[in-house]
Amino acid sequence: MADNSTDILEQRVEQEYQAGFVTDVEQETFPPGLDEDVIRKLSAKKREPEWMTEWRLSAYRKWLEMKEPTWANITYKPVDYQAISYYSAPKSQADGPKSLDEVDPEILRTYEKLGIPLHEQQMLAGVAVDAVFDSVSVATTFREKLAEAGVIFCPISEAIREHPELVKKYLGSVVPQGDNFFAALNSAVFSDGSFVYIPKGVKCPMELSTYFRINAMNTGQFERTLIIAEEGAKVSYLEGCTAPMRDENQLHAAVVELYAHADADIKYSTVQNWYPGDRETGVGGIFNFVTKRGLAAGRRAKISWTQVETGSSITWKYPSCVLKGDGSVGEFYSVALSKGRQQADTGTKMIHVGKNTTSTIISKGISAGHGQNTYRGQVKILKGADNARNFSQCDSMLIGDQCGAHTFPYIDVQNPSAGMEHEASTSKIGEDQIFYCNQRGIDTEDALSMIVNGFCKEVFNELPMEFAVEARKLLEISLEGSVG
Amino acid sequence: MSLLHVKNLHVRVEETEILKGVDLEVNMGEVHAIMGPNGSGKSTLAQVLAGREEYEVTEGQVLYKGQDLLELPPEDRAREGLFMAFQYPVEIPGVSNVYFLKAALNAIRKHREQEEMDAMEFLSYVREKMKVVKMEETLLQRPVNEGFSGGEKKRNEIFHMAVLDPVLGILDETDSGLDIDALKIVAEGVNSLRSEKRSFVVITHYQRLLNYIVPNHVHVLVDGKIVRSGGKELAEELEDKGYVWLEDKLEMPVGV
Ligand SMILES: Nc1ncnc2c1ncn2[C@@H]1O[C@H](COP(=O)(O)OP(=O)(O)OP(=O)(O)O)[C@@H](O)[C@H]1O
Ligand SMILES: [Mg+2]
Repeated sequence: MADNSTDILEQRVEQEYQAGFVTDVEQETFPPGLDEDVIRKLSAKKREPEWMTEWRLSAYRKWLEMKEPTWANITYKPVDYQAISYYSAPKSQADGPKSLDEVDPEILRTYEKLGIPLHEQQMLAGVAVDAVFDSVSVATTFREKLAEAGVIFCPISEAIREHPELVKKYLGSVVPQGDNFFAALNSAVFSDGSFVYIPKGVKCPMELSTYFRINAMNTGQFERTLIIAEEGAKVSYLEGCTAPMRDENQLHAAVVELYAHADADIKYSTVQNWYPGDRETGVGGIFNFVTKRGLAAGRRAKISWTQVETGSSITWKYPSCVLKGDGSVGEFYSVALSKGRQQADTGTKMIHVGKNTTSTIISKGISAGHGQNTYRGQVKILKGADNARNFSQCDSMLIGDQCGAHTFPYIDVQNPSAGMEHEASTSKIGEDQIFYCNQRGIDTEDALSMIVNGFCKEVFNELPMEFAVEARKLLEISLEGSVG
Repeated sequence: MSLLHVKNLHVRVEETEILKGVDLEVNMGEVHAIMGPNGSGKSTLAQVLAGREEYEVTEGQVLYKGQDLLELPPEDRAREGLFMAFQYPVEIPGVSNVYFLKAALNAIRKHREQEEMDAMEFLSYVREKMKVVKMEETLLQRPVNEGFSGGEKKRNEIFHMAVLDPVLGILDETDSGLDIDALKIVAEGVNSLRSEKRSFVVITHYQRLLNYIVPNHVHVLVDGKIVRSGGKELAEELEDKGYVWLEDKLEMPVGV
């Protein structure tokens, strides 16, 4: 690249993480370490019923038998699970929020700084927000309005107490406790997260949204989200994530389960901006090991994942769809940006079980600086899945010449009537494109974000409108300083 | 008054000298044609004027509006009214033509301390300009140049020019690859933009274009130097005799 553009790109990479401030609130934090006593204490702290405590313990025992996965295309220092604290909550929140007025103003200010106005009057029209601060759900807005429609949207800790029959029935039904190392750990120690239930035939009247924030030092965040859509129900849910800058890597091991009955439609969008770690050394930053899975259980059910991943030091994440119902549909739209020393290993799994099931995968990977971006996708067509269809498109864009993009598509077809289409491309942001923009009066910085946004357009189009704008901005900020 | 003054311009790419002392003076309101064989350096000259960085200026000077042009970054040259229609227009996937142009125009307007146009204003402004080159509405919404035919790309360049309203338009072989109807449309578009307050440098291989866009001056660039300048009749002469007679003349005395 010519000097000028490289300079500007470099300056953009210099841009530091903007959500990296620490909030000064009094925290109640468990000492680091994990054993059965810690789990019992945690469960008691959350005033959980006995069955829940037992459920956690059985997951913990499974976890003890399991090994950390090593197959992802990423390298990192091993995590010391005994050095992490498994519970941290702002003290004033220990009993959970009753209304916004009870939320610590300092926490509210944190969310404001992050651009998440919690107060209902300031909110994006029609978005209900559940905010998780470290381990505890801080506030859930718009609950009454949702309740009128019969929608339950609350912290999962509350659902365990108030809707035990639903939680018992569905928790672990999509991601079993022993599914993988991180899912087992999450099942044992999950702290909070969101619970959504949409009754039969109800179209959720607004976007639902959760913001996760890790604040305390050396804590892990293990949220658990469970979304259930009954027959013909429809919901769109968005999660956003940030964390302060720390020298220690923090662990984020979430589990998200989506359960769609016949003709139900669940759309799950993520805008993830965890602290990516120091640009030069990769120190600090979030380890993001997440298990997300949706079960399209009934006929014509639809599960759609959209993700914009710009943060984290390491991301290990494959939102997947199990297409069990005949005619069910799975979608995965992803933008993953890795810059500095970030490593992203992400993709999806589409498991076609029922007949006439279709899946679509659109993945856009952007690598800048020393970033490494891996797409890993699996499409599996089982024996009984007559006339299954999959379309996959994986595009990679490289900014600078020290980054990398890798694509690993795994295809397993056990039914000869399957139709598979796969497209892949890798492009380098061209000096030609930037010069063309410059020649029309657009400076290099704006040109870069325009080109990258254009590249991601198919995915941004899938995001709810308000968040598409946010995602675009986030990408711009993240790109500031993108070549080494 | 001279708008553009190129003095003894020497340009190198990697280790090769491509322009070997170009002199060119373009006054306000004039149209200059530059002709010359393949590889003689015409596009290089255009790109250097537009600010492409791979080209290293080793000697000489370029004044634009009386100021040192070579000091400015390419976006500032554009904002100061220098426009280049690319010989090979670039595709920008996912960015709509109209969005791109709005960003460009507003960057230019901001530089000129004019108010930015909002979407509605811009759309009606752009619709006017589309008539200049008989652009189809669909090309507005499509990504910049992506999947455009060769002719559509060239026409789009002139459309961009009409929208951005430059002071100096440099057209690098905008006529190549156009059918005769498109050629007429493009030429008419350029003619409609001709004024006392705007100048053009038109690079072409074909005298044909110059029947429509009648130049004030014609220059012949051979091997990095302007070897002949004249009126529009020079273009006709070239059409008859080709460039060889000029090249022969050059080789002996200079002996570079
Ligand atoms: N980036 C570059 N790297 C190496 N050589 C180059 C580069 N750009 C131009 N050249 C060389 O410089 C010479 C002049 O090229 P230029 O494109 O200016 O010619 P031109 O007169 O526009 O030709 P044409 O009529 O074919 O468009 C050619 O020999 C070309 O190969
Ligand atoms: Mg050329």
